[in-house]
Amino acid sequence: MSITGKAAIAGVYEHPLRLAPHKTQYQIMAESARGALEDAGLTLKDVDGLFTSGVGGMGIVSLAEHLNLYPDYLDSNSIGGSSFVSHTGHAAAAIAAGYCNVALILYGSTWSSDRFAIGTGGGGGSDPPEHFESTYGPTTVGDYALVAQRHMHEFGTTGAQLAEIAVTMRKHASLNPLAKFRDPITVEDVLASRVVSSPLHLLDCCMISDGGGAIVVTSAERARDLKKKPVSILSAAETCYHTSAGMRDLTNAAAKQSGPKALARAGLAHKDIDMAMIYDSFTITVCVTLESLGFCKKGEGGSFVQNGRIGLGGELPINTDGGGLSSNHPGMRGIFLVIEATKQLRGECGDRQVKDCQLALCHGTGGTLGLRHSGATLVLGV
Amino acid sequence: MAEEKKYKKPIPRVDEESRPFWEACARHELYVQKCRSCGKVFYYARSFCPEDLSQDLEWVKCSGKGKVYTFTVTRQNQGAGFRDNLPYVMAYVELDEGVRMLTNIVDCKPEEVKIGMPVEVTFEDATPEISIPLFRPAGK
Repeated sequence: MSITGKAAIAGVYEHPLRLAPHKTQYQIMAESARGALEDAGLTLKDVDGLFTSGVGGMGIVSLAEHLNLYPDYLDSNSIGGSSFVSHTGHAAAAIAAGYCNVALILYGSTWSSDRFAIGTGGGGGSDPPEHFESTYGPTTVGDYALVAQRHMHEFGTTGAQLAEIAVTMRKHASLNPLAKFRDPITVEDVLASRVVSSPLHLLDCCMISDGGGAIVVTSAERARDLKKKPVSILSAAETCYHTSAGMRDLTNAAAKQSGPKALARAGLAHKDIDMAMIYDSFTITVCVTLESLGFCKKGEGGSFVQNGRIGLGGELPINTDGGGLSSNHPGMRGIFLVIEATKQLRGECGDRQVKDCQLALCHGTGGTLGLRHSGATLVLGV
Repeated sequence: MAEEKKYKKPIPRVDEESRPFWEACARHELYVQKCRSCGKVFYYARSFCPEDLSQDLEWVKCSGKGKVYTFTVTRQNQGAGFRDNLPYVMAYVELDEGVRMLTNIVDCKPEEVKIGMPVEVTFEDATPEISIPLFRPAGK
């Protein structure tokens, strides 16, 4: 059974706040739910599928209680920042199978207000591999830096090439009224910013913000009669990648498995994609993800992102909202990949609109590229 | 008043799967595992082979030598035990036995660390029971 064309995104909402010390996580989720349901022309009573991540172990049940919902389908797949990209695919599958008809995907976070050091905390969990890692001080930034260092060594990728990614995201953010950082930056600015974990500079890293958002997915049939132009879910694929029992190849990411599979399931090729939303936790994430997805050859990510190719008007515009590097990053950014791609496909993006945008690819990375991570790819179209 | 703990970084948990590995480290010996059924050599410690789930495994004593596969000089980490020891070098070292393990490179200046650099194991005694395998430039 294929999900292609069976379900569609009917409503989206990106919470406008980047700092919300006066709000709770669940409040941000409720406000986002209202926004996305209004966007779709649906009400809370229509919702029969609930999806979330970034909550506690049974947080989705508390969320249902908070919203006074009794959904027929619950999914709090928690695979890091990519979770919401994964949820969108899962929602389409659940709808195609008839298990629910209106799925609500929610995210809310106050990690900036909470002063949570996502990128530079010490910490460490208690899963088996972590007992062989935590004592060595693997920060999130450090884990990605391991990949950047190896990429530079193996392929000659330069700091200036990675910086180009941050510069492009900032350029896009300048066209997004909601983006947190909108002042232009240069390659020199990125290279002159302090090194957090070599070779990654501060401006190679995404920000920490508050925020949240919501997505409403329903059947293609129902979406046709709703307020907004339906955005069809064409395919989804996901996987994970890890230290491979000691045989880790740091220059590959989970996207290598999920990307080609998602395109094949949609019956599409790379050249068909009009724009892409690529999780940009760090500049290196974009570089390695583009290679792993197959938009360029392995090792060529550095040159691929140069000369405006990934900017508006380029061959493959990516992260037109400004990404986690410049728009927002409340800890898990996957939901914003799907929201921005949906807005682009509906032609609602104003100054940052990609011309004739009909097919978009989203790829979320959750966890860290250098240790273990998940990858979720989603192909959308109108 | 209790004496302040000397080793403030997270201390690995010793469990039924990892006990032989950590007992060897306490003797300042580094071991990886090999599956007698399929021949796979692997790290980190498990009670089964991650290739074929066989439990017929042997412990292989490592030469303790390897090369830096990649590294990062971390300049910011608020975690206990790390914030007072900045900057530090975190690396993957590829052991001569073929597996890559996360570790720290010590006993040299961070700017001296290069990919491909030959290194050898050394141990830091975190507690009387736990010693942490670290690496330093070979022959230093």
